[in-house]
Amino acid sequence: MSAASQFWRSWAAVVAASVLFAAIAMLQVRIDAQTRPVAQQKEELVLSSGPMLQKISLGYDSLLADIYWTRAVQYYGGKLHDLSRDYSLLPGLLDITTTLDPHLLVAYRFGAIFLSEPPPSGAGRVDLAIQLEERGIKANPDAWDLDANRGFLYYWHLKDYAKASAAYLDAAKNPKAPHTMRMMAARITEKGGDLDTSMAIWAQYFTSSKDPRVLKTARDHIEGLQALKDERAIDALSQQYHAGFGKYPTSTKELRDAGMLSGIPLDPTGIPYIIGPDGKSGLDPTSSVIVEIPPKLPNEK
Amino acid sequence: MSSMASPAAGSAIGRPVAGAIPGVVAVNTFREAVRDRILYNLIFFALLMMGAAILVGQISIGIERLVIINLGLSAISIFGLIMAIFIGVSLVSKEIEKRTLYSLLSKPIRRWEFLLGRYTGLLLTLVVNTSLMTVGLAGALLYVSRHFERGDASILLAVYFILLQLALVTAIALFFSCFSTPVLSTLYTIGIYVAGVFANDIHAIGQFTRNPAMEAVTRVIYYLLPNFHNFNIIAVASHGEAVPFSLIWQNTIYAALYAAVVLIAAAAVFSRRNLK
Amino acid sequence: MTIPAIEIEGLTKDYATGFWRKRMRRSLDNLTLLVEEGEVFGFLGPNGAGKTTTIKLLMGLIFPTAGTARIRGQSIEDVRMHREIGFLPEQPYFYDYLTARELLDYYARFFGYSTGERRERVNRFLEQVGLASAGDTQLRKFSKGMLQRVGIAQAILHDPQVIFLDEPMSGLDPVGRREVRDIILALKQQGRTVFFSTHILSDAEMLCDRVAVLVGGKLRGVGAPGDIVSMEIQGMEILFEASHAEALPRSFAGRATQIGGRFRIEVPEAELYDSLERLRGCGARILSVTPIRPTLEDYFFGLVDHGKTDRLPEEVTVR
Repeated sequence: MSAASQFWRSWAAVVAASVLFAAIAMLQVRIDAQTRPVAQQKEELVLSSGPMLQKISLGYDSLLADIYWTRAVQYYGGKLHDLSRDYSLLPGLLDITTTLDPHLLVAYRFGAIFLSEPPPSGAGRVDLAIQLEERGIKANPDAWDLDANRGFLYYWHLKDYAKASAAYLDAAKNPKAPHTMRMMAARITEKGGDLDTSMAIWAQYFTSSKDPRVLKTARDHIEGLQALKDERAIDALSQQYHAGFGKYPTSTKELRDAGMLSGIPLDPTGIPYIIGPDGKSGLDPTSSVIVEIPPKLPNEK
Repeated sequence: MSSMASPAAGSAIGRPVAGAIPGVVAVNTFREAVRDRILYNLIFFALLMMGAAILVGQISIGIERLVIINLGLSAISIFGLIMAIFIGVSLVSKEIEKRTLYSLLSKPIRRWEFLLGRYTGLLLTLVVNTSLMTVGLAGALLYVSRHFERGDASILLAVYFILLQLALVTAIALFFSCFSTPVLSTLYTIGIYVAGVFANDIHAIGQFTRNPAMEAVTRVIYYLLPNFHNFNIIAVASHGEAVPFSLIWQNTIYAALYAAVVLIAAAAVFSRRNLK
Repeated sequence: MTIPAIEIEGLTKDYATGFWRKRMRRSLDNLTLLVEEGEVFGFLGPNGAGKTTTIKLLMGLIFPTAGTARIRGQSIEDVRMHREIGFLPEQPYFYDYLTARELLDYYARFFGYSTGERRERVNRFLEQVGLASAGDTQLRKFSKGMLQRVGIAQAILHDPQVIFLDEPMSGLDPVGRREVRDIILALKQQGRTVFFSTHILSDAEMLCDRVAVLVGGKLRGVGAPGDIVSMEIQGMEILFEASHAEALPRSFAGRATQIGGRFRIEVPEAELYDSLERLRGCGARILSVTPIRPTLEDYFFGLVDHGKTDRLPEEVTVR
């Protein structure tokens, strides 16, 4: 075989192979088109048993834990992005992750957030979140912040101030925990549910984190609580104004002109509050602050 | 041909220093592995570590170090096991198959010296390979977190335990190589390895049945099997935890004793084997 | 009295065959042999006769069912004996990832030479077998003839007193065979003992002081090639010229073969003079008269045919 004909033969083979592969690819598209309806099935965790996965992993369980954790994060992120309300796989994924590596603290910390936040920003399962933190404490007795998380969950989501205080006390038992834990416990017992306590809880829960998403959530909640605090103060002045002038003020400017305010109060994003027709203050519609109203205790005004 | 000196005159013909012969075979075994391009697996490992170091920041925030250490140690372990098993099972059978053993055994070398040399040679290859991988792991870790922490010393310990494990697996593979074909030897060795990883569970099953006979049987099996789960401290290393010193020397002696038993058995089998 | 180079007594080897490994096949039966120091000893026999088995037993590659052997007075079980022997296996295979020099250097390390000595020896023997220029080529690139030469080099580089060669000429071209022959003769000149197995009877005839013939695992004959074959004169060969074939006596005409103008006929020794008379009476011109000696080949095949009437190889059923 001459060198020239060998050269052409090789190229002919390459071209033939490419053409055949193109045909195969096109065929695959056709096949996929036919089977897609069948493939739209419910999402499932094929292997859902943590202990079994641990056995299968033949000793590489900590690596598998990292993989499942990554999967959990991406699952959560995807659902969040789609504003979906269905986080059904999340508890399973977190359970597997923490079974494979009981010392993966980040899974307990963030997993609790993913589980406890109400839909659409989370699974809305506070009970599971609390269980997760309890498992975390058992496996990592030194992780006082998991107890603090528990405290937060009881306080904010379940409004169970007795249990919240007890959890913060548990956290305080660890010598490494800051003294604020004990203060928090005492404060909740005294005046759980008031705005300042709630703000302090949020501040403590999240200031230790460097995660930008966590910081944003904290900031949002603190801003909301601050706004609530401001609104109540303005409402009180509004009532006074009504008592004095027989009608409600239409804006905070009027309160200032009446000498009841030294300036125009701004919400945490810098936008002035408005006053509605019934004299109740509120946020300017263009403001991005979100307000969640914690319920009142009997002893709260 | 020029006249050759008779053996008695001049040079001291005889055997070299006691213990040197296994060393001679070991060095040649290492050379064989290098020339068979075994060390190219390091390229795959390097690519894996580089890819992981670059991607880990995007995929798992906050646990970059953890993932790198877990991935690196797991890869070192798996690559090492594959090498130990696949080269180990042909340590002896390849020489028999290719008849290279014919000329070798006509030299003043005892059969057990040959075995010990082959074993040590593969072990040397594994140590070199693993060490280079550990350097790669350290590099990836530095890239991801720019510093080392005190807890990172556990990584070195985890690597040492992996090497102990590999020493055991190699001995077992060599044992089978003395009398079985590479395919069967691979199956047997993998089988024993997996059984050794699950040894704890076998033991637990026996206790669970509450049947004294079963309990006794599974307990015997538990102590007979090589308990590879002893050596797995990857999770410990990735979380930077400390390892008690007693565990270190106990595991070392366990591995040494068990490997010695296996090698003695291999020598016994091989010493009376009729080569085809 | 010097120690014999090789003493074999009653060496026997059985192999278990059959699916359940119950039947025994005896591949070597009660071999007893003595080889003196300085002899070139040929080991002959058809395939499967047990030649390689014998050598493998002596090398310690397989273990005897019965019998003993000593080389220079040391038992074959003693690994120290290997200091004094060299071995070239049939169709040798060496580590193909090594170069010739590396291989010889590797083997040399088992004998305790200093680094300088080792290097000197390796170079010397590479040159001796004509591989000096190929010393740094990897063995996987070597031809069969070159591998054979490496094999010889590794067998003799430690100056062994007894050298075992298993079919050293097999697969070599005439040049290679001549070289091996020369090496064997050179070794003999140094007073070493050479024990080799071969099929090539002419080589055995030419080189060996003594030969042994092994058939079916049994020793059928031992002795100098000359002694073995000069057992008897089989007859006389007469070469003659005859101008007319018709003139030949009828009894001869049938038995004579003709090549050109010459005729050849074999007659029994006793009838020699009678035949000569008759030929001369017909006008034939006698060219030569030569005794017909059996060659080693005839002797060999005689034994083999004889061996075929026995069961070959001998089967002994184990109860």
